[in-house]
Amino acid sequence: MSIKKDKKKIVFESEKDMPTMPMSLGSMLWNKTGSWRNIRPEIKLEDCIQCGICWKFCPDMSIEIENEWPVINYDYCKGCGICAEECPVKCIAMVEERR
Amino acid sequence: MKKVIMGNHALSYGAMLARTQVIAAYPITPQTQVVELLSEMCADGTLNAKFIKVESEHSAMAACIGASIAGARTFTATSSQGLALMHEMLHWAAGGRLPIVMGNINRAMAPGWTIWTDQNDSLSQRDTGWMQFYCSSNQEVLDTVLQAYKISETISIPSMVVLDAFALSHTYEVVDIPDQAKVDEYLPKFKPYATVTPDDPRAFDGLTGPEHYMELRYKLQKDMEKVPALFEETGRQFEKIFGRRLSAVEPYLCDDAEIVLVTSGTAGYTARVAVEEMRKKGLKVGNLRIKMFRPFPFEDCRRILAKTPKIAVLDRNISYGHHGIFSQELKSALYGTGDQAVFSFIAGLGGRDITAESFREMIETVSRTDRPTEDILWIGVKR
Repeated sequence: MSIKKDKKKIVFESEKDMPTMPMSLGSMLWNKTGSWRNIRPEIKLEDCIQCGICWKFCPDMSIEIENEWPVINYDYCKGCGICAEECPVKCIAMVEERR
Repeated sequence: MKKVIMGNHALSYGAMLARTQVIAAYPITPQTQVVELLSEMCADGTLNAKFIKVESEHSAMAACIGASIAGARTFTATSSQGLALMHEMLHWAAGGRLPIVMGNINRAMAPGWTIWTDQNDSLSQRDTGWMQFYCSSNQEVLDTVLQAYKISETISIPSMVVLDAFALSHTYEVVDIPDQAKVDEYLPKFKPYATVTPDDPRAFDGLTGPEHYMELRYKLQKDMEKVPALFEETGRQFEKIFGRRLSAVEPYLCDDAEIVLVTSGTAGYTARVAVEEMRKKGLKVGNLRIKMFRPFPFEDCRRILAKTPKIAVLDRNISYGHHGIFSQELKSALYGTGDQAVFSFIAGLGGRDITAESFREMIETVSRTDRPTEDILWIGVKR
Protein backbone atom coordinates (compact mmCIF):
# COMPACT_ATOMS: atom_id res chain seq x y z
CA MET A 1 0.00 0.00 0.00
CA SER A 2 1.42 3.32 -1.01
CA ILE A 3 0.31 5.74 1.57
CA LYS A 4 1.94 9.09 1.44
CA LYS A 5 2.43 10.51 4.87
CA ASP A 6 3.00 14.17 4.67
CA LYS A 7 3.50 15.75 8.01
CA LYS A 8 -0.16 16.12 8.82
CA LYS A 9 -2.21 13.32 7.32
CA ILE A 10 -2.48 10.29 5.10
CA VAL A 11 -3.09 10.97 1.43
CA PHE A 12 -4.12 8.08 -0.79
CA GLU A 13 -2.81 8.18 -4.34
CA SER A 14 -5.35 5.66 -5.66
CA GLU A 15 -8.77 4.39 -4.65
CA LYS A 16 -7.22 0.90 -4.63
CA ASP A 17 -5.17 1.81 -1.59
CA MET A 18 -8.20 3.00 0.32
CA PRO A 19 -10.11 0.71 2.67
CA THR A 20 -13.62 -0.37 1.63
CA MET A 21 -15.05 1.08 4.82
CA PRO A 22 -14.53 4.77 5.45
CA MET A 23 -12.13 4.31 8.34
CA SER A 24 -8.89 5.72 9.58
CA LEU A 25 -5.76 3.73 8.83
CA GLY A 26 -3.49 5.87 10.91
CA SER A 27 -4.28 7.43 14.21
CA MET A 28 -4.68 10.86 15.72
CA LEU A 29 -0.90 10.97 16.01
CA TRP A 30 -0.96 11.93 12.32
CA ASN A 31 -3.94 14.18 12.49
CA LYS A 32 -2.95 17.17 14.56
CA THR A 33 -6.04 19.26 14.95
CA GLY A 34 -4.40 22.07 16.92
CA SER A 35 -3.99 23.98 13.68
CA TRP A 36 -7.73 24.75 13.74
CA ARG A 37 -7.18 27.00 16.76
CA ASN A 38 -7.73 30.75 16.56
CA ILE A 39 -7.37 31.52 20.26
CA ARG A 40 -5.09 29.64 22.64
CA PRO A 41 -5.50 29.04 26.36
CA GLU A 42 -2.57 30.11 28.50
CA ILE A 43 -2.43 29.07 32.16
CA LYS A 44 -0.96 31.42 34.74
CA LEU A 45 0.45 28.75 37.03
CA GLU A 46 1.16 31.19 39.90
CA ASP A 47 -2.62 31.52 40.40
CA CYS A 48 -3.51 27.84 39.68
CA ILE A 49 -4.96 25.94 42.65
CA GLN A 50 -4.39 22.51 40.99
CA CYS A 51 -8.10 21.64 41.17
CA GLY A 52 -8.02 19.66 37.90
CA ILE A 53 -11.29 21.15 36.62
CA CYS A 54 -9.69 22.24 33.32
CA TRP A 55 -8.37 18.68 32.82
CA LYS A 56 -11.78 17.24 33.54
CA PHE A 57 -13.70 19.57 31.24
CA CYS A 58 -11.39 19.61 28.20
CA PRO A 59 -13.48 17.90 25.47
CA ASP A 60 -10.38 17.01 23.46
CA MET A 61 -8.32 15.59 26.33
CA SER A 62 -5.72 18.22 25.51
CA ILE A 63 -4.90 19.08 29.09
CA GLU A 64 -2.68 16.67 30.92
CA ILE A 65 -1.62 16.77 34.54
CA GLU A 66 2.13 16.53 34.84
CA ASN A 67 3.64 16.53 38.33
CA GLU A 68 0.30 17.79 39.61
CA TRP A 69 0.24 20.81 37.28
CA PRO A 70 -1.96 21.23 34.17
CA VAL A 71 -0.12 21.26 30.84
CA ILE A 72 -1.86 22.06 27.55
CA ASN A 73 -1.16 19.92 24.50
CA TYR A 74 -1.25 22.48 21.69
CA ASP A 75 -1.03 19.77 19.01
CA TYR A 76 -4.70 19.01 19.67
CA CYS A 77 -6.19 21.94 21.61
CA LYS A 78 -8.71 23.60 19.26
CA GLY A 79 -9.08 26.69 21.47
CA CYS A 80 -12.69 26.18 22.48
CA GLY A 81 -12.18 28.07 25.75
CA ILE A 82 -14.11 25.71 28.01
CA CYS A 83 -11.11 25.42 30.38
CA ALA A 84 -10.91 29.21 30.74
CA GLU A 85 -14.66 29.42 31.31
CA GLU A 86 -14.69 26.69 33.95
CA CYS A 87 -11.50 27.65 35.82
CA PRO A 88 -12.70 28.69 39.33
CA VAL A 89 -9.81 31.13 39.88
CA LYS A 90 -9.77 32.44 36.29
CA CYS A 91 -6.10 31.76 35.78
CA ILE A 92 -6.54 30.65 32.15
CA ALA A 93 -6.56 33.42 29.56
CA MET A 94 -7.59 32.96 25.91
CA VAL A 95 -5.00 34.73 23.80
CA GLU A 96 -5.25 35.40 20.08
CA GLU A 97 -3.17 32.98 18.02
CA ARG A 98 -0.43 34.63 15.94
CA ARG A 99 0.59 32.85 12.75
CA MET B 1 -39.28 -28.93 7.92
CA LYS B 2 -42.36 -27.63 6.15
CA LYS B 3 -44.52 -25.16 8.01
CA VAL B 4 -47.45 -22.92 7.14
CA ILE B 5 -46.29 -19.43 8.05
CA MET B 6 -47.00 -15.80 7.25
CA GLY B 7 -44.60 -13.72 5.15
CA ASN B 8 -43.53 -11.73 8.19
CA HIS B 9 -42.51 -14.89 10.01
CA ALA B 10 -40.58 -16.01 6.94
CA LEU B 11 -38.39 -12.96 7.58
CA SER B 12 -38.06 -13.90 11.26
CA TYR B 13 -37.08 -17.49 10.46
CA GLY B 14 -34.58 -16.19 7.90
CA ALA B 15 -32.96 -13.96 10.51
CA MET B 16 -32.99 -16.81 13.04
CA LEU B 17 -31.38 -19.31 10.68
CA ALA B 18 -28.78 -16.72 9.69
CA ARG B 19 -27.81 -16.68 13.39
CA THR B 20 -28.30 -12.94 13.55
CA GLN B 21 -26.47 -11.58 16.58
CA VAL B 22 -28.07 -8.18 17.05
CA ILE B 23 -31.63 -7.11 16.26
CA ALA B 24 -32.75 -3.54 16.84
CA ALA B 25 -36.25 -2.69 15.77
CA TYR B 26 -39.31 -0.59 16.37
CA PRO B 27 -42.76 -2.02 15.64
CA ILE B 28 -44.97 -0.70 12.86
CA THR B 29 -47.93 -2.22 11.06
CA PRO B 30 -47.59 -4.33 8.86
CA GLN B 31 -44.10 -5.32 10.05
CA THR B 32 -44.90 -6.04 13.71
CA GLN B 33 -44.92 -9.86 13.64
CA VAL B 34 -41.41 -9.94 12.19
CA VAL B 35 -39.84 -8.54 15.33
CA GLU B 36 -42.48 -9.95 17.66
CA LEU B 37 -41.39 -13.49 16.79
CA LEU B 38 -37.71 -12.54 16.89
CA SER B 39 -38.10 -11.02 20.35
CA GLU B 40 -39.77 -14.25 21.54
CA MET B 41 -36.92 -16.27 20.04
CA CYS B 42 -34.40 -14.06 21.87
CA ALA B 43 -36.35 -14.37 25.11
CA ASP B 44 -36.71 -18.16 25.09
CA GLY B 45 -33.16 -18.79 23.90
CA THR B 46 -34.02 -20.18 20.43
CA LEU B 47 -31.89 -17.37 19.04
CA ASN B 48 -28.76 -16.26 20.81
CA ALA B 49 -29.00 -12.60 19.87
CA LYS B 50 -29.18 -9.25 21.57
CA PHE B 51 -32.60 -7.66 21.00
CA ILE B 52 -32.33 -3.90 21.39
CA LYS B 53 -35.57 -2.04 22.04
CA VAL B 54 -35.37 1.46 20.65
CA GLU B 55 -37.51 4.58 20.61
CA SER B 56 -37.66 5.05 16.83
CA GLU B 57 -36.67 3.55 13.50
CA HIS B 58 -33.89 6.12 13.21
CA SER B 59 -32.44 4.70 16.42
CA ALA B 60 -33.07 1.13 15.26
CA MET B 61 -30.86 1.65 12.23
CA ALA B 62 -28.32 3.60 14.30
CA ALA B 63 -28.08 0.65 16.71
CA CYS B 64 -27.69 -1.76 13.80
CA ILE B 65 -24.90 0.40 12.41
CA GLY B 66 -23.05 0.40 15.72
CA ALA B 67 -23.47 -3.35 16.12
CA SER B 68 -22.39 -4.02 12.54
CA ILE B 69 -19.23 -1.93 12.94
CA ALA B 70 -18.52 -3.93 16.09
CA GLY B 71 -18.66 -7.08 13.96
CA ALA B 72 -22.13 -8.49 14.66
CA ARG B 73 -24.49 -9.93 12.06
CA THR B 74 -27.36 -7.49 12.30
CA PHE B 75 -31.04 -7.46 11.35
CA THR B 76 -33.96 -5.09 11.48
CA ALA B 77 -37.33 -4.71 9.80
CA THR B 78 -39.63 -1.81 9.16
CA SER B 79 -42.22 -0.35 6.85
CA SER B 80 -43.36 2.88 5.24
CA GLN B 81 -43.15 5.84 7.65
CA GLY B 82 -40.62 3.91 9.71
CA LEU B 83 -38.37 3.43 6.70
CA ALA B 84 -38.73 7.12 5.87
CA LEU B 85 -37.63 8.01 9.40
CA MET B 86 -34.59 5.76 8.91
CA HIS B 87 -33.62 7.57 5.75
CA GLU B 88 -30.60 9.43 7.11
CA MET B 89 -29.25 6.29 8.75
CA LEU B 90 -29.68 4.29 5.54
CA HIS B 91 -26.99 6.50 4.00
CA TRP B 92 -24.75 5.88 7.02
CA ALA B 93 -25.19 2.12 6.69
CA ALA B 94 -24.46 2.01 2.96
CA GLY B 95 -21.75 4.68 2.97
CA GLY B 96 -20.20 2.93 5.96
CA ARG B 97 -20.23 -0.29 3.89
CA LEU B 98 -22.02 -2.31 6.56
CA PRO B 99 -23.67 -5.61 5.58
CA ILE B 100 -26.90 -5.04 7.48
CA VAL B 101 -29.96 -6.94 6.25
CA MET B 102 -33.36 -5.35 6.69
CA GLY B 103 -36.85 -6.53 5.91
CA ASN B 104 -39.17 -3.87 4.55
CA ILE B 105 -42.84 -4.51 4.21
CA ASN B 106 -44.12 -2.35 1.37
CA ARG B 107 -46.75 -0.04 2.83
CA ALA B 108 -47.96 3.09 1.06
CA MET B 109 -46.90 6.50 2.37
CA ALA B 110 -49.29 8.78 4.24
CA PRO B 111 -51.30 10.93 3.90
CA GLY B 112 -54.04 9.76 3.58
CA TRP B 113 -53.12 7.56 6.45
CA THR B 114 -52.83 4.00 5.22
CA ILE B 115 -51.43 0.62 6.15
CA TRP B 116 -51.95 -1.09 2.79
CA THR B 117 -49.36 -1.92 0.22
CA ASP B 118 -47.50 -0.05 -2.46
CA GLN B 119 -43.83 0.37 -3.21
CA ASN B 120 -43.28 4.09 -2.75
CA ASP B 121 -41.68 3.62 0.68
CA SER B 122 -38.77 1.44 -0.44
CA LEU B 123 -38.41 3.02 -3.87
CA SER B 124 -37.99 6.41 -2.18
CA GLN B 125 -34.78 4.91 -0.73
CA ARG B 126 -33.48 4.05 -4.19
CA ASP B 127 -30.39 6.24 -4.03
CA THR B 128 -29.19 5.43 -0.51
CA GLY B 129 -26.80 2.71 -1.73
CA TRP B 130 -28.81 -0.26 -0.40
CA MET B 131 -29.47 -3.34 -2.49
CA GLN B 132 -33.19 -4.06 -2.86
CA PHE B 133 -34.79 -7.46 -3.49
CA TYR B 134 -38.56 -7.69 -4.10
CA CYS B 135 -40.03 -11.06 -3.18
CA SER B 136 -43.09 -12.88 -4.51
CA SER B 137 -43.62 -15.74 -2.06
CA ASN B 138 -42.97 -16.54 1.58
CA GLN B 139 -40.43 -19.17 0.63
CA GLU B 140 -38.58 -16.60 -1.42
CA VAL B 141 -38.63 -14.19 1.53
CA LEU B 142 -36.91 -16.69 3.84
CA ASP B 143 -34.42 -17.80 1.19
CA THR B 144 -33.62 -14.24 0.20
CA VAL B 145 -32.71 -13.25 3.77
CA LEU B 146 -30.01 -15.94 3.72
CA GLN B 147 -28.78 -14.97 0.27
CA ALA B 148 -28.87 -11.28 1.19
CA TYR B 149 -26.49 -11.88 4.10
CA LYS B 150 -24.17 -13.81 1.82
CA ILE B 151 -24.09 -11.09 -0.81
CA SER B 152 -23.96 -8.22 1.67
CA GLU B 153 -21.11 -9.69 3.67
CA THR B 154 -19.13 -10.53 0.54
CA ILE B 155 -19.40 -7.06 -0.95
CA SER B 156 -19.94 -4.88 2.18
CA ILE B 157 -23.24 -3.35 1.07
CA PRO B 158 -26.49 -3.54 3.06
CA SER B 159 -29.62 -5.22 1.65
CA MET B 160 -33.30 -4.65 1.89
CA VAL B 161 -35.58 -7.68 1.49
CA VAL B 162 -38.90 -6.30 0.37
CA LEU B 163 -42.37 -7.84 0.48
CA ASP B 164 -45.90 -6.54 -0.09
CA ALA B 165 -47.99 -5.62 2.93
CA PHE B 166 -50.77 -8.14 3.60
CA ALA B 167 -50.61 -9.70 0.12
CA LEU B 168 -47.46 -11.39 1.43
CA SER B 169 -46.72 -10.16 4.95
CA HIS B 170 -49.94 -11.56 6.43
CA THR B 171 -50.60 -14.33 3.93
CA TYR B 172 -49.91 -17.87 5.09
CA GLU B 173 -48.07 -20.19 2.74
CA VAL B 174 -46.20 -23.45 3.02
CA VAL B 175 -42.54 -22.70 3.61
CA ASP B 176 -39.72 -25.19 3.74
CA ILE B 177 -37.68 -24.09 6.74
CA PRO B 178 -34.20 -25.43 6.05
CA ASP B 179 -32.01 -27.30 8.52
CA GLN B 180 -29.66 -25.14 10.56
CA ALA B 181 -26.68 -27.28 9.51
CA LYS B 182 -27.38 -26.61 5.83
CA VAL B 183 -27.78 -22.89 6.49
CA ASP B 184 -24.48 -22.85 8.38
CA GLU B 185 -22.84 -24.50 5.39
CA TYR B 186 -24.25 -21.84 3.05
CA LEU B 187 -23.72 -18.92 5.35
CA PRO B 188 -20.61 -19.19 7.51
CA LYS B 189 -19.89 -16.91 10.43
CA PHE B 190 -19.69 -13.20 9.59
CA LYS B 191 -16.13 -12.01 9.13
CA PRO B 192 -16.24 -8.24 9.47
CA TYR B 193 -14.08 -6.09 7.20
CA ALA B 194 -12.62 -4.34 10.22
CA THR B 195 -12.81 -4.90 13.92
CA VAL B 196 -13.21 -2.54 16.80
CA THR B 197 -10.55 -3.18 19.39
CA PRO B 198 -8.65 -0.95 21.81
CA ASP B 199 -5.43 -2.72 20.70
CA ASP B 200 -5.71 -1.22 17.23
CA PRO B 201 -7.98 1.80 17.47
CA ARG B 202 -9.74 3.05 14.34
CA ALA B 203 -12.11 5.89 13.69
CA PHE B 204 -15.07 5.05 11.42
CA ASP B 205 -17.07 7.29 9.10
CA GLY B 206 -14.99 10.34 10.03
CA LEU B 207 -14.49 13.62 8.24
CA THR B 208 -13.55 12.93 4.62
CA GLY B 209 -12.29 15.79 2.50
CA PRO B 210 -12.79 16.36 -1.22
CA GLU B 211 -9.47 14.57 -1.84
CA HIS B 212 -10.95 11.20 -0.76
CA TYR B 213 -14.77 11.33 -0.68
CA MET B 214 -15.25 10.74 -4.39
CA GLU B 215 -13.09 7.61 -4.33
CA LEU B 216 -15.28 6.15 -1.58
CA ARG B 217 -18.32 6.67 -3.80
CA TYR B 218 -16.51 5.25 -6.83
CA LYS B 219 -15.71 2.13 -4.82
CA LEU B 220 -19.33 1.72 -3.69
CA GLN B 221 -20.55 1.97 -7.28
CA LYS B 222 -17.87 -0.43 -8.56
CA ASP B 223 -18.89 -2.98 -5.94
CA MET B 224 -22.57 -2.50 -6.78
CA GLU B 225 -21.66 -3.34 -10.37
CA LYS B 226 -20.28 -6.68 -9.17
CA VAL B 227 -23.57 -7.67 -7.51
CA PRO B 228 -25.41 -9.16 -10.54
CA ALA B 229 -22.63 -11.74 -11.00
CA LEU B 230 -22.47 -12.31 -7.26
CA PHE B 231 -26.25 -12.79 -7.14
CA GLU B 232 -25.97 -15.43 -9.84
CA GLU B 233 -23.10 -17.19 -8.06
CA THR B 234 -24.69 -17.17 -4.60
CA GLY B 235 -28.00 -18.20 -6.16
CA ARG B 236 -26.33 -21.25 -7.71
CA GLN B 237 -24.64 -22.13 -4.41
CA PHE B 238 -28.04 -21.84 -2.78
CA GLU B 239 -29.57 -24.23 -5.31
CA LYS B 240 -26.82 -26.77 -4.69
CA ILE B 241 -27.55 -26.89 -0.97
CA PHE B 242 -31.30 -26.24 -0.81
CA GLY B 243 -32.53 -27.26 -4.25
CA ARG B 244 -34.18 -23.92 -4.95
CA ARG B 245 -32.80 -21.45 -7.48
CA LEU B 246 -32.74 -17.75 -6.65
CA SER B 247 -32.48 -15.33 -9.56
CA ALA B 248 -32.28 -11.56 -9.89
CA VAL B 249 -34.94 -11.70 -12.60
CA GLU B 250 -37.48 -14.41 -13.38
CA PRO B 251 -38.57 -14.65 -17.02
CA TYR B 252 -41.68 -16.72 -17.72
CA LEU B 253 -42.48 -17.64 -21.31
CA CYS B 254 -40.58 -14.61 -22.60
CA ASP B 255 -38.63 -16.22 -25.45
CA ASP B 256 -41.26 -15.93 -28.18
CA ALA B 257 -43.46 -13.36 -26.45
CA GLU B 258 -44.94 -10.44 -28.39
CA ILE B 259 -45.99 -8.79 -25.16
CA VAL B 260 -44.05 -9.11 -21.93
CA LEU B 261 -45.63 -8.01 -18.65
CA VAL B 262 -42.93 -6.66 -16.36
CA THR B 263 -43.78 -6.96 -12.68
CA SER B 264 -42.32 -7.09 -9.20
CA GLY B 265 -43.45 -8.42 -5.83
CA THR B 266 -46.61 -10.49 -5.51
CA ALA B 267 -48.03 -9.04 -8.73
CA GLY B 268 -45.41 -11.21 -10.45
CA TYR B 269 -47.30 -14.39 -9.71
CA THR B 270 -50.70 -12.87 -10.48
CA ALA B 271 -49.38 -11.91 -13.91
CA ARG B 272 -48.61 -15.54 -14.64
CA VAL B 273 -52.27 -16.44 -14.31
CA ALA B 274 -53.09 -13.92 -17.03
CA VAL B 275 -50.14 -15.10 -19.12
CA GLU B 276 -51.33 -18.70 -19.00
CA GLU B 277 -54.87 -17.68 -19.93
CA MET B 278 -53.65 -15.64 -22.90
CA ARG B 279 -51.36 -18.43 -24.05
CA LYS B 280 -54.38 -20.77 -24.13
CA LYS B 281 -56.07 -18.25 -26.41
CA GLY B 282 -53.00 -18.30 -28.65
CA LEU B 283 -51.68 -14.88 -27.63
CA LYS B 284 -47.93 -14.79 -27.15
CA VAL B 285 -47.63 -13.15 -23.75
CA GLY B 286 -44.83 -13.56 -21.21
CA ASN B 287 -43.91 -12.25 -17.80
CA LEU B 288 -40.63 -10.86 -16.53
CA ARG B 289 -40.50 -10.50 -12.76
CA ILE B 290 -37.78 -8.15 -11.62
CA LYS B 291 -36.63 -9.20 -8.18
CA MET B 292 -33.44 -7.20 -7.88
CA PHE B 293 -34.15 -3.49 -8.18
CA ARG B 294 -30.81 -2.25 -6.85
CA PRO B 295 -28.46 -2.75 -8.48
CA PHE B 296 -30.74 -2.72 -11.52
CA PRO B 297 -30.30 -5.89 -13.63
CA PHE B 298 -29.38 -4.05 -16.85
CA GLU B 299 -27.84 -7.00 -18.67
CA ASP B 300 -30.62 -9.46 -17.82
CA CYS B 301 -33.33 -7.04 -18.94
CA ARG B 302 -31.51 -6.19 -22.17
CA ARG B 303 -30.95 -9.85 -22.98
CA ILE B 304 -34.46 -11.08 -22.17
CA LEU B 305 -36.29 -8.15 -23.78
CA ALA B 306 -33.97 -7.69 -26.78
CA LYS B 307 -36.56 -8.93 -29.29
CA THR B 308 -39.79 -8.14 -27.45
CA PRO B 309 -41.86 -5.73 -29.55
CA LYS B 310 -44.10 -4.59 -26.69
CA ILE B 311 -43.29 -4.34 -23.02
CA ALA B 312 -45.98 -3.51 -20.45
CA VAL B 313 -44.58 -2.48 -17.09
CA LEU B 314 -46.86 -2.66 -14.08
CA ASP B 315 -45.83 -0.24 -11.35
CA ARG B 316 -47.36 -0.30 -7.90
CA ASN B 317 -45.64 3.02 -7.26
CA ILE B 318 -45.26 6.42 -8.85
CA SER B 319 -42.61 9.10 -9.14
CA TYR B 320 -44.82 12.19 -9.20
CA GLY B 321 -44.09 14.26 -12.28
CA HIS B 322 -42.51 11.28 -14.01
CA HIS B 323 -43.77 7.69 -14.45
CA GLY B 324 -43.89 4.48 -12.55
CA ILE B 325 -40.41 3.82 -11.20
CA PHE B 326 -39.74 0.34 -12.58
CA SER B 327 -40.85 1.63 -15.96
CA GLN B 328 -38.39 4.55 -15.84
CA GLU B 329 -35.61 2.21 -14.85
CA LEU B 330 -36.44 -0.31 -17.54
CA LYS B 331 -36.61 2.37 -20.23
CA SER B 332 -33.21 3.65 -19.15
CA ALA B 333 -31.83 0.09 -19.27
CA LEU B 334 -33.17 -0.47 -22.79
CA TYR B 335 -32.20 2.94 -24.14
CA GLY B 336 -30.46 2.63 -27.48
CA THR B 337 -30.61 -1.19 -27.54
CA GLY B 338 -33.65 -1.74 -29.73
CA ASP B 339 -37.05 -0.61 -30.85
CA GLN B 340 -39.20 -1.95 -28.02
CA ALA B 341 -42.34 0.00 -27.12
CA VAL B 342 -42.56 0.38 -23.35
CA PHE B 343 -46.05 0.92 -21.93
CA SER B 344 -46.11 2.30 -18.37
CA PHE B 345 -49.05 1.14 -16.30
CA ILE B 346 -49.81 2.20 -12.75
CA ALA B 347 -52.07 0.07 -10.58
CA GLY B 348 -52.69 -1.03 -7.04
CA LEU B 349 -51.62 2.11 -5.17
CA GLY B 350 -52.45 2.09 -1.47
CA GLY B 351 -53.35 -1.59 -1.48
CA ARG B 352 -55.97 -1.64 -4.23
CA ASP B 353 -56.05 -5.20 -5.51
CA ILE B 354 -54.05 -6.17 -8.55
CA THR B 355 -55.85 -9.11 -10.11
CA ALA B 356 -55.60 -11.20 -13.25
CA GLU B 357 -58.26 -8.82 -14.61
CA SER B 358 -55.79 -5.91 -14.23
CA PHE B 359 -53.36 -7.78 -16.48
CA ARG B 360 -56.09 -8.66 -18.99
CA GLU B 361 -56.85 -4.94 -19.23
CA MET B 362 -53.17 -4.18 -19.74
CA ILE B 363 -52.86 -6.76 -22.49
CA GLU B 364 -55.96 -5.38 -24.25
CA THR B 365 -54.57 -1.83 -24.13
CA VAL B 366 -51.19 -2.92 -25.43
CA SER B 367 -52.75 -4.98 -28.22
CA ARG B 368 -54.68 -1.98 -29.55
CA THR B 369 -51.72 0.29 -30.42
CA ASP B 370 -48.11 -0.01 -31.56
CA ARG B 371 -46.91 2.70 -29.19
CA PRO B 372 -48.35 3.92 -25.90
CA THR B 373 -50.89 6.69 -26.36
CA GLU B 374 -50.17 8.21 -22.97
CA ASP B 375 -47.08 8.47 -20.76
CA ILE B 376 -48.94 6.81 -17.91
CA LEU B 377 -51.71 4.28 -18.42
CA TRP B 378 -53.78 4.01 -15.25
CA ILE B 379 -55.45 0.79 -14.23
CA GLY B 380 -58.60 0.97 -12.15
CA VAL B 381 -58.74 4.69 -11.38
CA LYS B 382 -62.31 5.87 -10.89
CA ARG B 383 -62.59 8.75 -13.33
